Amino acid sequence: MIDSALIAFDNVRKVYGTGQAQVEALAGINLQVHEGEFVAVMGPSGSGKSTAMNIFGCLDVPTSGAYRFRGVDVGALDRHQRALLRRFYLGFVFQGFNLLNRTSALENVELPLMYRGTPRAERHARARTALDSVGLLGWEHHTPNELSGGQAQRVAIARAIVAEPSVLFADEPTGNLDTARSQEIMELLVRFNRERGITIVMVTHEPDMAAYASRTIKFRDGHVESDERTH
Amino acid sequence: MLWNAFNLAQREIRRNVLRSSLTTLGIIIGVSAVIIMVTLGNGATAAVTADIANLGSNLLTVMPGQRTGPGGASGGAKPFKQRDVDLLTREVTSVGAVAPVSSQGMSAIVGNKNRSLTVTGTTNEYFGSGGWQLASGRFFNENEIRSGAAVCVIGETVRKELFGAANVIGEHLRLRAVSCEVIGLLRSKGKSPFGMDRDDVVVMPVRTFQRRLSGSDDINQIQLSVLDSVSTEKAQQDISRYMRERRRLADTDNDDFSIMDQKELASTLSGTTRTLTALLAAIAAVSLVVGGIGIMNIMLVSVTERTREIGIRLAIGALERDVLTQFLVEAVVLSACGGLVGVSFALVVSSLGARALGLPWVLDVKIVALALLFSAGVGVVFGFFPARKAARLNPIDALRHE
Repeated sequence: MIDSALIAFDNVRKVYGTGQAQVEALAGINLQVHEGEFVAVMGPSGSGKSTAMNIFGCLDVPTSGAYRFRGVDVGALDRHQRALLRRFYLGFVFQGFNLLNRTSALENVELPLMYRGTPRAERHARARTALDSVGLLGWEHHTPNELSGGQAQRVAIARAIVAEPSVLFADEPTGNLDTARSQEIMELLVRFNRERGITIVMVTHEPDMAAYASRTIKFRDGHVESDERTH
Repeated sequence: MLWNAFNLAQREIRRNVLRSSLTTLGIIIGVSAVIIMVTLGNGATAAVTADIANLGSNLLTVMPGQRTGPGGASGGAKPFKQRDVDLLTREVTSVGAVAPVSSQGMSAIVGNKNRSLTVTGTTNEYFGSGGWQLASGRFFNENEIRSGAAVCVIGETVRKELFGAANVIGEHLRLRAVSCEVIGLLRSKGKSPFGMDRDDVVVMPVRTFQRRLSGSDDINQIQLSVLDSVSTEKAQQDISRYMRERRRLADTDNDDFSIMDQKELASTLSGTTRTLTALLAAIAAVSLVVGGIGIMNIMLVSVTERTREIGIRLAIGALERDVLTQFLVEAVVLSACGGLVGVSFALVVSSLGARALGLPWVLDVKIVALALLFSAGVGVVFGFFPARKAARLNPIDALRHE
């Protein structure tokens, strides 16, 4: 069972600070995500969901316990190796888009491919295809500043999927968007999950958005409060 | 990867024109200030050195009174007469040519043109010891010297300003009430190390000068050239001993005359010029440092400003090394551009400046290299270290940075 899991938390603890000011953000968590799942992570702020998300995304490491990505113990990897893991297997979508503001949509989308060393012509073609798949063909040369919030988030999604990651991590992807825009984004995510089999882990605090996922994990006070399949 | 980094760098630079140009400006000012100042200073030193070589055989000048400062003598002491000149020639064996020199500033008039210049009364020895040569015509003959004829030899500036014509031999110029025939034109010597135009002169036999212009038989100074086989110090001692005797000074008295060594003065002057060059270079170095601090500031600010960008890059798979390469290449490209513009600017300005000041253009390649290396070094170091700090941040912290 453990071997078939894409992502596995094995008694993961995360503690911030030292001494009196110590805060236990994750208090020994066990969970697994399998290939092809669309998981929504919910919970009030301070429940540890963002901390879990950072560890999922190899942006942070557990204090104790093991985080296995495809059976590999991420805690045993150094910065360099974790960066390579992100480069080749993970895609990120953030609440605040995190695009390079003075750089065109096309160049933003090309960025992960550039770090992979993809040749220029192929990079261009794949970035255009990715922008096309989020409905932004014709906007390649606009900078994020010239795009609406919904469009900017779609550029970010194109950037996250352009390198065909195993997992896409979305941290409140609709947090800055209105309902109509949010629905568009969620439909895009669902489509990529179904059509391309990209595993998605999404943090959200809106039940409407979580409803798009196939599984919902709720966090409370550093523990998993509930874990249920919705579809 | 390096090509990518280079592409990225030039895109970033163009995207931030103001920031980039400010950084480059710091380097341009620093590099060009150092090169311009040192080049002009070197030119001045070279000019003085060339002038010293132009002084001819070593020349001593004896003046009545004690020397009070460079080139000046206090008045009141007994003036020299023609007899002193004759006796020095005969009695002091360490000197070659001895020439009496009486000078006075006055107006020379040709037609309706009028010019203030120095008129010197002397003998033919003056031309030999002072290293003067004729461009055309002749020096004085025995007869003219003995009789005090109204003839003169003029300098190039006088020819140009008063006559204009190329051939001036046989022309006349008027000094006070005396009409003087031009018999010779001196070859140009240019400016003296003291900045005076040595070609702005009229030279006549000393007797002519005394009788018709000054009205006294005093001689202002005596010029002597030291024999090649004798050291200047030895000649000075000989002259001093003889003059003390002749002027009947007791052993306890101070000299009431002074002996000036032109070469010594000129080399003092060139030493001064070198000191001045060093001072200019020091000022320029300060501007280089200030420029360096400017570069440093902009680099620090730009990295801080771009911490979020670094976070984004790290999150999507950039290695610390990739981020560092990017910032380093940016810094190198900026510094190199600034350095090249600075050097070109300095070359143009220093050659124009040298021409305007009448100095030779002496470029010191070592200084150019030093200025370039320093500013490029500052750019690279201060682009590198803050970038390294940012690249080592946890991507999460870098992303949250605003």
